Amino acid sequence: MSEQNNPYGAPTTGHVWDDNLAELANQPPKWWMIGLHASWILVVLYGIAYPMWPWFGGATTGLMGWTQIGEYKQDVAAIQSVRAKYEDQLPGMSASAILADSELSEYVVRSAKVLFGDNCAACHGGGGQGNPGYPNLVDDDWLYGGDIDTIVMTVTNGRTGMMPAKAGVAMTDAEIDQLANAIAQGQPTSSPLFMEKACFACHGMDGKGMHALGAPNLTDSIWRFGDGSVEAIKYTITHGVNDPSDPQSRNAVMPKFGERLNETDIKKLAVYVSKLGAN
Amino acid sequence: MNDQVDKQAHADDLYAESHYWHVNTGNETIHAKRMPGRFRNVKWAAAAVWLVFFVGPYLRWGERQAVLFDIPGRQFHIFGITILPQDVWMLSLTLLFFAILLAVVTSIAGRVFCGYFCFQTVWTDIFTWIEDKLEGGPQKRRKLDEAPWDFTKIRIKVVKHVIWIAIGMLTGISFTLWFGDAFEMWKGFLTLSASSVAWGSVAVFTFFTYLFAGHMREQVCFWLCPYARIQGVMYDKETILPAYDYNRGEPRGKLKKGQIEEGKGDCIECGQCVAVCPTGIDIRHGQQEGCITCALCLDACDAVMEKIGRPTGLIRYASMDELEGKPALKMFQRPRVLVYLTILTLAMSGILYGLFNLSGIEVKVLHERQPLYVLQSDGSIQNKYSVKILNKTAQDQQVRLSVAGLPELTVSGGEGSLAAHKGRITSYTVFVRVPRASLKTESTPITFHVEAEGEEELVSTYTSMFIGPRP
Repeated sequence: MSEQNNPYGAPTTGHVWDDNLAELANQPPKWWMIGLHASWILVVLYGIAYPMWPWFGGATTGLMGWTQIGEYKQDVAAIQSVRAKYEDQLPGMSASAILADSELSEYVVRSAKVLFGDNCAACHGGGGQGNPGYPNLVDDDWLYGGDIDTIVMTVTNGRTGMMPAKAGVAMTDAEIDQLANAIAQGQPTSSPLFMEKACFACHGMDGKGMHALGAPNLTDSIWRFGDGSVEAIKYTITHGVNDPSDPQSRNAVMPKFGERLNETDIKKLAVYVSKLGAN
Repeated sequence: MNDQVDKQAHADDLYAESHYWHVNTGNETIHAKRMPGRFRNVKWAAAAVWLVFFVGPYLRWGERQAVLFDIPGRQFHIFGITILPQDVWMLSLTLLFFAILLAVVTSIAGRVFCGYFCFQTVWTDIFTWIEDKLEGGPQKRRKLDEAPWDFTKIRIKVVKHVIWIAIGMLTGISFTLWFGDAFEMWKGFLTLSASSVAWGSVAVFTFFTYLFAGHMREQVCFWLCPYARIQGVMYDKETILPAYDYNRGEPRGKLKKGQIEEGKGDCIECGQCVAVCPTGIDIRHGQQEGCITCALCLDACDAVMEKIGRPTGLIRYASMDELEGKPALKMFQRPRVLVYLTILTLAMSGILYGLFNLSGIEVKVLHERQPLYVLQSDGSIQNKYSVKILNKTAQDQQVRLSVAGLPELTVSGGEGSLAAHKGRITSYTVFVRVPRASLKTESTPITFHVEAEGEEELVSTYTSMFIGPRP
C-alpha cells in the first residue's frame, strides 16, 4: 500500500519499495480470522471422527467407526436388497418360466447385461451381433435351435461344429466349384453333388439344415462363415469345419460355460439372448 | 532528477483517490440511522414480496400443494402444471430470463435488486429494524456496545439474538416447506420426527441467516457476493443511480446562522446521507462498489433540504451524463437495453411456448446401435428400438403404438394396448422388420406415433431412422 493510504495508521513492516510502497502489518479482517480458526478446528474434529492420523499398525480408526470398505459393503448390500425380490425367485424357476414372466424377464434383460458383456461379448459382440467366424445372436437363424431350453443347453455344454473337409471323400476342384455355385444361389439341391457327396446327411434333404447336428440352413440369407460368396463357400467345402485332418479347417467351438457359471447365471444369459432379437 | 519527480507525480496520481477509500472490513459495526421517507416506503413494499416465500407453501391446488418442488419424485408442480426433468430446457430459459432481467434493470436503474429485493439486504433490514426497536438509535446502540455487561444489557442482547435466531429458523423451515407437503413437514418439525435432510437444511439456513443478516451484513455484499461486482460493471453513463449532484453541492460548507454562506454550494455537510447508509459509505464520493442503490440517502438529504428551504434532489436518481450536463439518451435508443430486451422477449416466448405445448404424453425412441440392423433368414432387415413413453398425467394410461414410413413394415414387441405408468417413463423394446426391397437408401426416417386410448389429445410422435445395408 502507498504511504498515503493508511487510514487507520496501521503499523508497517518497515520495508519500502518504489519509494512509497509499504507493507502494512495489520490484522486480517475478523471474519477472515474466524474462518481460519474454524477451518483448523474442523480438521482436528474430522481427524477425531474419521480415520486420518498415521499410527502404529495402520491409522487411527476414528470415533465414527467409518471405513471405505465398510461403506462399499453397505452400498452393495443395499443394491442386493433391492434386487432380492427378483433374485430370490430365479433359482427355483426354469429359464422358460422366467422368460414367460414379463417382469422377471425385464429384470433379467437389464441386470444380465454385465454378465453378457463379461462372458459372451468377446466373441458374439457387445450387442450379440456376432463377429466374423462367430455366430450372430440377434437374427432369427439358429444353428442348434433358438428355443430357450436349447439355448440353456448350448451355454451349459458348449458346442463344437463338425464338417469334414471335401465331404470326407475326394472332391475335384471342378466339383467343389459347381457345388459352391449352387449353394451361393441358395439352391444346393439343384446340384447332383449335394446328394452324391452326402451333404444331405447333415444339411437335410432340402438343404435347410438340421438343428440336432448344428448343420446350418443353406437356402437362407444367413451365412455361418463368410459373406455367402462363392469363394467363402468353396473354402468351407475344401477345408471343412473343425476337421482335425486339415490344419486350415474352419474353427467353430463354443466353450462349456457350465464349468464357469452357476445355473442361475446361465438361465439369465439364456433369457437375455432370447430377448436380444425377438426370436 | 526530472524523471524522479515525474515518477513521483505519476504515483501520486494513481493514489489520488485513495484518501476516499474508507472501506469497512468488518472492524466496526455499521449502525445506520433509520429515517422515514419515500424510498423507505418503497423498500418496505419491495421487501413485502418476500412474504410469498413464507406464505406460498400453504397454498393448495386440488389435493396437493400448489407449488411443490418434489426432488425425490423428480417433479415440479406449479399450480396446474407438472414439470418433469425432460422439460429442463424451460428451467434454463427461466434462468436466462431472470439473468437478463437483472442485467436490463441494472443497466437502466442500477442495483435495484440489491437495494430493494435481495434477501441479504432485506433480511439485514429486518434484523437492524429489530435492533433499532430493542436498543434504540445508532448513538444508543454504540453506547450499549461499549457499556459493561450488566443485567439490562444482557437482557436486551439475549432478546435480540433469540429473535434473530427465531427468524433464521422460520426462514429455514419455510424454505424446506417448498420441497415437501407443508403441513406434513410442520408435523414432522413439531414432533421432532422430520428427516435428517430437513433438519440439516433448517440448521444451515438458521446459522447463515443469523450470521449473514445479524453479524456480517454489508460485509457479505462487499466480500462474498459476486453479483454485487458483476452488477457494478453493467452500469454505463446513461444508467440512473442515486447520485450526488456535485455541481449544485460543491463547495460544501456548514450553515452559518442557519444560512448557506455566500459562494458555497447546497451541501451543508450535515452527514445525514452517511448516517443512514446501511453499508457505511459516503455517496458524495461518487459511485462505488459499496453502494447497493437503496436510495435511503435520498430520503435523508431531501428531509434536510426541506428543512433549510432548498430544493430537494441534491442527491437523486440521476445518470452520469445528466450530472455532467450532457443530453440524456432515451432508454430505447440505448443498444444495450435493446439487446437485453430482445433476449428477454426470446426467453419469455420460449417459456410460454413450452407451457402451452406441454403434452401429457411424450414418446422418445432410441435406435439400437449395436448392431444397427440385422439381416434375417428370409432376407428382410430388422431394426431394434427402445420406445420410451413418458406419462406426465396423474393417471396410468393405456396407449397404442403405430409405426409408419416404410412399405410392408411389420412391428413386433409393441402390439396391442401398452401400459404407460403415471409420472414416469415406461419403456418397450420394439422390432421393426421390412423386406429388403422396401429400402431405397441406407437410412430412412420412420415415425413412431403413440396415442392414449380414450383420450384423443394425448398423442405424441417421434421420428427415428430405419437403417439397412447399402442398396
